[in-house]
Amino acid sequence: MSSMSSSSSSATHTSTIGAIGAPSRRNTELALLVFAVVIPVFAYANVGLAIDGKLPAGLLGYGLGLGLLAGVAHVVVRRFAAYADPLLLPLATLLNGLGLVVIWRLDQSDHLQRLAKLQYGAFHPDAPKQLLYSAIGIALFVGVLMLLKDHRILQRYTYISMMGALVLLLLPLVPGLGMNVFGARIWIHVGGFSIQPGEFAKIVLAIFFAGYLMVKRDALALASRRFMGLYLPRGRDLGPIIVVWAISILILVFETDLGTSLLFFGMFVVMLYVATERTSWIVFGLLMSAVGAVGVASFETHVQSRVQAWLNPMHEYLLSRKGIGGHSEQAMQALWAFGSGGTLGTGLGQGHSDLIGFAANSDFILATYGEELGLAGLMAILVIYGLIVQRGLRTALATRDPFGKLLAGGLSGAFAIQVFVVAGGVMGLIPLTGMTMPFLAYGGSSVIANWALLAILIRISDTARRPAPAPAPTPDAEMTQVVRP
Amino acid sequence: MNKPLRRIAIFCGLLVLALLLRDNWIQYVKADSLQSDKNNRRVIIERYSQPRGNIIVDGKAITGSKKTTGTDLKYKRTWKDGPMWAPVTGYSSQVVGATQLESIDDGILTGNDDRLFFRRTIDMITGKKKQGGNVVTTLNAAAQKAAYDGLKNRGKGAVVAIEPSTGKILALASTPSYDPSVFAGNSTTDSNTFVKLDKDKDQPLLNRALRQTYPPGSTFKLVTASAALESGKYEPDQHTETPKRWIMPGTSRPLNNEGNIPCENATLRVALQWSCNTVYGKIGADLGKDAMLKEAEKFGFNKEQFVPVRSSASRFDTDMNASQTAMSSIGQYDTAATPLQMAMVASAIANDGTLMQPYMVDELQSSTLDTVQKTEPKELSRPLSKENAQKLQSMMETVVEKGTGTNAKIPGVTVGGKTGTAQHGVDNSGKPYAWFVSYAKTSSGSPVAVAVVVEDSDANRGDISGGGLAAPIAKNVMQAVLNSK
Repeated sequence: MSSMSSSSSSATHTSTIGAIGAPSRRNTELALLVFAVVIPVFAYANVGLAIDGKLPAGLLGYGLGLGLLAGVAHVVVRRFAAYADPLLLPLATLLNGLGLVVIWRLDQSDHLQRLAKLQYGAFHPDAPKQLLYSAIGIALFVGVLMLLKDHRILQRYTYISMMGALVLLLLPLVPGLGMNVFGARIWIHVGGFSIQPGEFAKIVLAIFFAGYLMVKRDALALASRRFMGLYLPRGRDLGPIIVVWAISILILVFETDLGTSLLFFGMFVVMLYVATERTSWIVFGLLMSAVGAVGVASFETHVQSRVQAWLNPMHEYLLSRKGIGGHSEQAMQALWAFGSGGTLGTGLGQGHSDLIGFAANSDFILATYGEELGLAGLMAILVIYGLIVQRGLRTALATRDPFGKLLAGGLSGAFAIQVFVVAGGVMGLIPLTGMTMPFLAYGGSSVIANWALLAILIRISDTARRPAPAPAPTPDAEMTQVVRP
Repeated sequence: MNKPLRRIAIFCGLLVLALLLRDNWIQYVKADSLQSDKNNRRVIIERYSQPRGNIIVDGKAITGSKKTTGTDLKYKRTWKDGPMWAPVTGYSSQVVGATQLESIDDGILTGNDDRLFFRRTIDMITGKKKQGGNVVTTLNAAAQKAAYDGLKNRGKGAVVAIEPSTGKILALASTPSYDPSVFAGNSTTDSNTFVKLDKDKDQPLLNRALRQTYPPGSTFKLVTASAALESGKYEPDQHTETPKRWIMPGTSRPLNNEGNIPCENATLRVALQWSCNTVYGKIGADLGKDAMLKEAEKFGFNKEQFVPVRSSASRFDTDMNASQTAMSSIGQYDTAATPLQMAMVASAIANDGTLMQPYMVDELQSSTLDTVQKTEPKELSRPLSKENAQKLQSMMETVVEKGTGTNAKIPGVTVGGKTGTAQHGVDNSGKPYAWFVSYAKTSSGSPVAVAVVVEDSDANRGDISGGGLAAPIAKNVMQAVLNSK
């Protein structure tokens, strides 16, 4: 992992730019991928041994399946993005594999099976579906790398992206299509599938912001007045940020989802800041977030109850136990799961995170890692997320074109915010929201969209690290060559 | 754009750092309190996750464990002859918790006790499951059966038998009783059954042997006789100067004897043989409250006993005038005693004046049957000198030989006893309590002292007398102990 050590020094941070003959690092990626496949396979065997006392029947099929997916992804990267960052694919594969293991582990829970039968009349295991979603995700990953030869092509679709993002964001509000799941309206239901359009909107919106800000950055950055040490933007330049802010507020009010709202607004502020290099935008962004959140919370009971549940999860738990509607014991159950895991955890398959009940394998999946792998294991997972984000930002730094910088920075920033909002919510650091951990959690939209996101980051990193083509020898150059005797 | 990108990278790093700090907070700092939170279901899941250790009588387990179905609490408690043993074991229910021995020695039975730490550590290293230890009691199965069978036919009552030389409790029965097995589980049926038992007006859950105090009636004359002998002013065969009609000091009320019995100027022996109220009432008044109180407290009155299950404190009033002292000295006024207390009185007399601390747990064992803790017999007090104790023994033997206690005679064995018929209720309207306390003696000392109280009976008032109802039960219990030696 010499690329990591080189990135730690700011003096050499641009060493990959145009470094002719830079190693492609594909073999590093392959070696890391072996670990990323072997670790989940061991974890899978571990769960089977802990629960049934024998190796799970699907061990071979599962190992081969994950290995095949990782292998295909690797071959495609080798072929179509030879100079891509070597860490991104293994890290995502590891998370996806560990996610599958824990989803399978929770499928084995009697408690969850009983709950599912009570609620839906039948229990269907989620792990096979998640494996299918992972396959679709990898297929999309492959598709993006094969079809998107250069990320700058996306720039052409700036305004189409805007329309697409708006449609995606508003879909859950369409009557008959949108569903209210556990108090948040961020789902749509199409032909037997539940889709979370927000996950896809995240990518499409990043493309729009990148395209838009690249064009407008000079106007936004330069045409401003200085006031109390801050550069105040002109009134008309405030337009876009106010529009995005308004949309975020609308999401918060109508889809009652603080997380999605925070994610989009946060991503926009990050990209605005990167584009303009003006700290004032951060100040504006924070102010507007605060005003929006407090304003909405003052009349939106859903947000208020989330905040209450966050401040006093025990009270919430007791109310839920008494059967008072609108309260959930999940937050407290998650805290107990984390606490009961302690430093080293109970070991896979030996915890009781199934007590969380519904969404134990999606929104609350981190609690299972916390309980069964302990503080040590969960910190490792959080660090993996941190590494993905840092590799994404490193890609943004190394990219030469502003659109690529904005897009990679925006996607990485959004990824970081999502991880923070979800993990922070489950661990009780901030109020709980309705999003899921990328790659780990059960859910087709999330897995598929995040593989696409990864493909874009890999494409940008390939462009960034690819050696500049050697200047073509021209006949003219040949002729004007000075020949010394 | 690289400067803001680097700042964003730092910001994202801080987000991950915040998550890591929060994780340490809940999984390390708060782990113990979350883990042991009483609302955390893991606490009881863990508790019932393996078969519970057993309570042992005469080398055989009187309890067991049974695998449950349809609940996450894997094992529930079972009892052999539950109603007979319930006053000894108490209950251990998944729905209402545990009491008495099941609760006091819960740590040993579940295997969580600190004294089993070494064992647990070894098991953990060798990969064995944690196992509960055993509680070996001092009880005698035959005596317990004799006691329970005798009471069962008589309605409400209690029996306590003690080995005088050690304080070992040999029998501890109470009726009506309950079968702890019927609410050991976790279901609504279990909880409803418990509620029904709890509300039953016959109070089957009440451990009458330890927790119910009754007016001891004439059996208390043993304490008065002890005080008399200890004062040095009385001898068993010395005539007491008691008039035929004795008016209580400070009143104009005479103290009556039951029926036409030879009490005028009777000796202590004769007065005990016929249970003369006048003689013992007068002795109590003459000795005075302080002397009586001192003697009663030497026998254990006014103090809770822990065997190790707590027993209620028996009562001898500390603030009385002379006539109240007289009434108290024949076990009336507000004198009250538990069956355990009266068994202690008989036991101290039978053990030549030394009262041993009563106990019913002989040994605590680890799951591998190693001794974790052994109870050594302990002297509690010396209510009587050896000579006086032997004098009182001969008086009690007269009672059984040719007095009110002839029903307790056992051929070839010396038996000493005292009957009691305690009146209670407004104007003595309640059905009297029939008492009998006794001991048996062989050439090698006294193997058993016993107290029996029959609380209620369908027989009419005239028939209820300690000698008629309670003595046969005492006899059977003593015989069972003698036969098992």
